Amino acid sequence: MGSYVPNTLKEREEMLKEAGYTSFEDMFSCIPDEVKLKRPLNLPSGLSELEVARKMEELADMNVVFKSIFRGAGSYDHFIPAIVNSVISKEEFLTAYTPYQAEISQGILQSIFEFQTMICELTGMDVANASHYDGATAAAETIPMCVDRKHKTAYVSATTHPWVIQVMKTYCFGSNTKLVVLPSKDGLTDAQALKSALETDPEAACFYLQQPNFFGNFEDAEAIGEIVHAAGAKFVMGVNPLALSIIKSPRECGADIAVGDGQPLGMPISYGGPYVGFMATTTAMMRKLPGRIVGETTDDQGRRAFVLTLQAREQHIRREKASSNICSNQDLCCLTASVYMAAMGKEGMAEAARQSMSKAHYLREGLKKAGFYPVFHTEFFNEFVTTCPVDDKELLDALEAEGILGGLPIADGSILWCATEKNTKEDMDKLIAIASSITGKGGLSYESNI
Amino acid sequence: MNLIFEIGKEGRGLSLLPKCDVPVTDLPENLKRQSELHLPQVSENEISRHYTKLAQRTHGVNKGFYPLGSCTMKYNPKVNEEMAALKGFRQVHPLQDESTVQGSLEVIKMTEDILSEILGMDAFTLQPAAGAHGEFTGLLLIKSYHTDRGDTKRTKIIVPDSAHGTNPASAAMCGYEVVSIPSAEDGCVDLDALRDAVGEDTAGLMLTNPNTVGLFDKNILEITKIVHEAGGLCYYDGANLNAVMGQARPGDMGFDCVHVNLHKTFSTPHGGGGPGSGPVGCKAFLQDFLPGARIKGNIEDGYYYEDSPKSMGSVKMFHGNFLVVVRALTYMLTLGKEGIPEASANAVLNANYMRVKLAKKYEMAYDTTCMHEFVMDLSELKHRTGVSALDVAKGLLDYGVHPPTMYFPLIVHEALMVEPCETEPREVMDEACDTLLELYDLAEKDPEWLHAAPHNAVIGRPDEVGAARKPVVKYTWE
Repeated sequence: MGSYVPNTLKEREEMLKEAGYTSFEDMFSCIPDEVKLKRPLNLPSGLSELEVARKMEELADMNVVFKSIFRGAGSYDHFIPAIVNSVISKEEFLTAYTPYQAEISQGILQSIFEFQTMICELTGMDVANASHYDGATAAAETIPMCVDRKHKTAYVSATTHPWVIQVMKTYCFGSNTKLVVLPSKDGLTDAQALKSALETDPEAACFYLQQPNFFGNFEDAEAIGEIVHAAGAKFVMGVNPLALSIIKSPRECGADIAVGDGQPLGMPISYGGPYVGFMATTTAMMRKLPGRIVGETTDDQGRRAFVLTLQAREQHIRREKASSNICSNQDLCCLTASVYMAAMGKEGMAEAARQSMSKAHYLREGLKKAGFYPVFHTEFFNEFVTTCPVDDKELLDALEAEGILGGLPIADGSILWCATEKNTKEDMDKLIAIASSITGKGGLSYESNI
Repeated sequence: MNLIFEIGKEGRGLSLLPKCDVPVTDLPENLKRQSELHLPQVSENEISRHYTKLAQRTHGVNKGFYPLGSCTMKYNPKVNEEMAALKGFRQVHPLQDESTVQGSLEVIKMTEDILSEILGMDAFTLQPAAGAHGEFTGLLLIKSYHTDRGDTKRTKIIVPDSAHGTNPASAAMCGYEVVSIPSAEDGCVDLDALRDAVGEDTAGLMLTNPNTVGLFDKNILEITKIVHEAGGLCYYDGANLNAVMGQARPGDMGFDCVHVNLHKTFSTPHGGGGPGSGPVGCKAFLQDFLPGARIKGNIEDGYYYEDSPKSMGSVKMFHGNFLVVVRALTYMLTLGKEGIPEASANAVLNANYMRVKLAKKYEMAYDTTCMHEFVMDLSELKHRTGVSALDVAKGLLDYGVHPPTMYFPLIVHEALMVEPCETEPREVMDEACDTLLELYDLAEKDPEWLHAAPHNAVIGRPDEVGAARKPVVKYTWE
């Protein structure tokens, strides 16, 4: 069996004696007999490192690793610079915990301060916290920031990732908050429906808009923000952080709170996690932010120092009156995002964003010729929806046989496609060729009839 | 030291991407970002050195002893990291068809089954991402159960006053009123106070066992019985599971649902605060309410997801912090049925070994056999010398030891909570005990030195009041 207990059996005997026990059983006499487990655990015997590595490799090999990926929907296969993994593998970062002792945690604290700064830069906001579990939980945690005795209803657009809406619903089930999903129209938030809903509800607390939205489409965020503010509610935006290197920031769109998932910033797709949620807001709402926040200060000799700050908001002080129960943060993922942004720089991020967008446009044109017509006709980022004139399983299986993960089948038999800078023209041409071989509509130019 | 924004030069950077091989699509003007984007402009060399410097200014388990009570800072084995880095786990999309992720599903299913056996539960979800997130999920299970039965008058959650702050905060997030009950003289649940607190409005009880003062509550069966008889459910906060895994099971103590911290008990790295993983387990009667889809099937015929119509929904995107789960599974398979109780036995042994050594001078909050951690009470020392728990903690920094948890639990006033973990060699604990005993003497001889500690850290004590009064929470470009 494997073990990470360094002390030898002889040492353990000596230590037991020194602590005043005759045996381990003697020591454990503090556990009442009636709840003691009196049998071995019904588990396999432990394994040596070689055996366990063999077992885990076997499991990893049971998964299909696709050579090229055209599926996004909240998890994006972007390029990760080599420096990222090198930095986050440093054992000090890996094996430290929440920086409770500032004097020996300056490295962690400064890295979080740098992360907060970069998130504020991307979003244009004034203050960011040191992270949430993921974009969906960050989105859900904006609701209690906006709800008060006079503002009780939270709204979310139907163009939001369905899984994000589900997490919001679950959190609202907890807090007994009313959550209303507002309809979409032609792949965008229905501004008219939003306007009339908010106008007739004096208790509207906030509206959540995803940009680009679940279908990849760009919303008219500024106009929507104006409608929300006119109704006296808070405007919350969920954003793709990579896209923010080229599109209008939430601040430029008038948002009160910006959240999102940091996964596109250097995190592998990893079957869904770990990723990181970011959250930023205005100075006016700073004290409503949940989670850890790092601030700059000085030490007793006037040297620059970083500390966890504004802790009066938090659970260890406020207990049941805290703004959230959040205690940890996803620090290693914040670090991942920071190193990614430092390595890419503003030019590199903008280039990755532009290439992802350009490739998605190229792919959409090709798929259109193969008979997969665009469902929406609006500006989009790196995802788009097409019809699927054949059985989606037939298409996806054919792609899989060539090492390609195709788009995600969504409602009404349509498909949500995604491209990133990692997808080459060659890969896309191959995908298009396979698609057209199935529909028999190769190479021909068809105008969309939808 | 400089921030990353203060190094580098305009125009520096890395060569990372090839030229775009398709026609470039331009963003329409009205969508384009207007404001300037300040990000570092640095070479790879500068990034590498910057973060190496930051790493040197960080204390981790790999650097030295980290007996931070209630956090289980055990050694994080390297093989776990290697397994989590396998392409077959890292490079798999969360929305791939089940047929192409049988390995991931097997990882999740095995982990759920092993945890069920260790905790004495019937089902698990791996969706929650942290301990507090697990508490939230566990309480939503309780809420779903009562709601499903139409029992809506149960609006209160009972939490002992010694509980971690996340417990009442999680209860509040679930819309519950928190009833705080005092601890008895011996640090355990006051049975009379509990009997007085329960009633028709009791939704449930949240409890750790061993409790936050490191003691196994000997009345545990009576406690869970009192709550059950009042119609409430019992939630086990797995913060202290490292003391009892393989020795006793929450399921056998009468608990209905639990959360565990993979980043504590199951050796996955804390990463400076996360990512962690806080799986939630429950007895069969609650399993339909678990979040996320359930994995069905078996290894021969294949696994698949199945939605449960009564599910509370989802507490997170996708399937939880999967790579953290991979690390924990590697650890559980390494230890196996022999290694798991061996780990807890040695965690408890190490704590008692240090407790007895330190009791020569320090006052113990509860002078009896502890589980995996113990609490020292420095009230008397502070009263006599003016040296507080904080001062002793800061003094430890000069000796390369991460201080114990300070001022927790709140029921002990000058608390230092020590949790050595099973992975520490005896001589490391001996040295830390010698240091702590030396600091005790120093408190009597030279209290000023301790008030001014640390003396050798990269910074002295920071001005926290100033930081909160005039918050500087980001770097500003001139």
